[in-house]
Amino acid sequence: MYIAKVVGTVVATPKDPRLDAKTLLVIQPLTPDGADTGKTLVASDGVGAGVGEHVFYVRGAEASFPWAPDHVPTDASIVGIIDHWHVETPA
Amino acid sequence: MQIGRVIGTVVSTQKHRTLHASKLMLVQPTHPDGTDRGIALLAIDGVGAGIGERVLVVVEGKSAGQVLGQKSATIDAAIVGIIDEIDLFEALP
Amino acid sequence: MILAKVVGTVVATRKDEKLVSTKLLLVRPVDPKGKADGAHLVAIDTVDAGPGETVLVVSGSSARMATGLGSCPVDAAIVGVVDTVTIAVKE
Repeated sequence: MYIAKVVGTVVATPKDPRLDAKTLLVIQPLTPDGADTGKTLVASDGVGAGVGEHVFYVRGAEASFPWAPDHVPTDASIVGIIDHWHVETPA
Repeated sequence: MQIGRVIGTVVSTQKHRTLHASKLMLVQPTHPDGTDRGIALLAIDGVGAGIGERVLVVVEGKSAGQVLGQKSATIDAAIVGIIDEIDLFEALP
Repeated sequence: MILAKVVGTVVATRKDEKLVSTKLLLVRPVDPKGKADGAHLVAIDTVDAGPGETVLVVSGSSARMATGLGSCPVDAAIVGVVDTVTIAVKE
């Protein structure tokens, strides 16, 4: 799983029927110290996240697990909203 | 799927049993205009591609395994099509 | 999932039999503002996308979860046509 920030929303009317009623969010992956890293991507939302929130997400086939046994065609899903995180910097 | 060009073949006698009788091709990924990009990869050939042909390469383990008709073959890339043509809606930048 | 723009079609007569009668489109990944970002890829279209449209592309083994692609050797599928992308203004 990876840390990211929700930066936007995507609206797509014609889509795979199993994506109907799924929220699609644009997320920006973050480094442990909170800096942007890599490209933004679109993730399906399994937890009700909103723009500006820090979240963690899964990639790959596991991304459809929040909706099991449905086979939702998604390769990235938000599975948790982060309250806070803490990184220990080695002295 | 990636666009690529078959640039060679690889012969291996001693290989994993799931790969027996499979044809291994060396594929150079290309841009749509045919220029090279990235490093060449090794893919099994499911369609009878020849050297120099433009091909479609699927780079994902399970999909590649389906080309061999096996669920758990030890491959991660397969040639699944030979490209006749690419039609662009507008000129490439 | 990534956002991408449909830039062309790909014709391949000789292909894996499970790919027969699929529609192959050439897409170019774009960032949320629509700027091209990354190398072209070929994706199977499951939602009848058209030229120039921005689409949602699902990659990896998840692509096979798209409608009708259950046993296809595919690593990228178009699963939605994007109406709008809204991005939060960076503070």
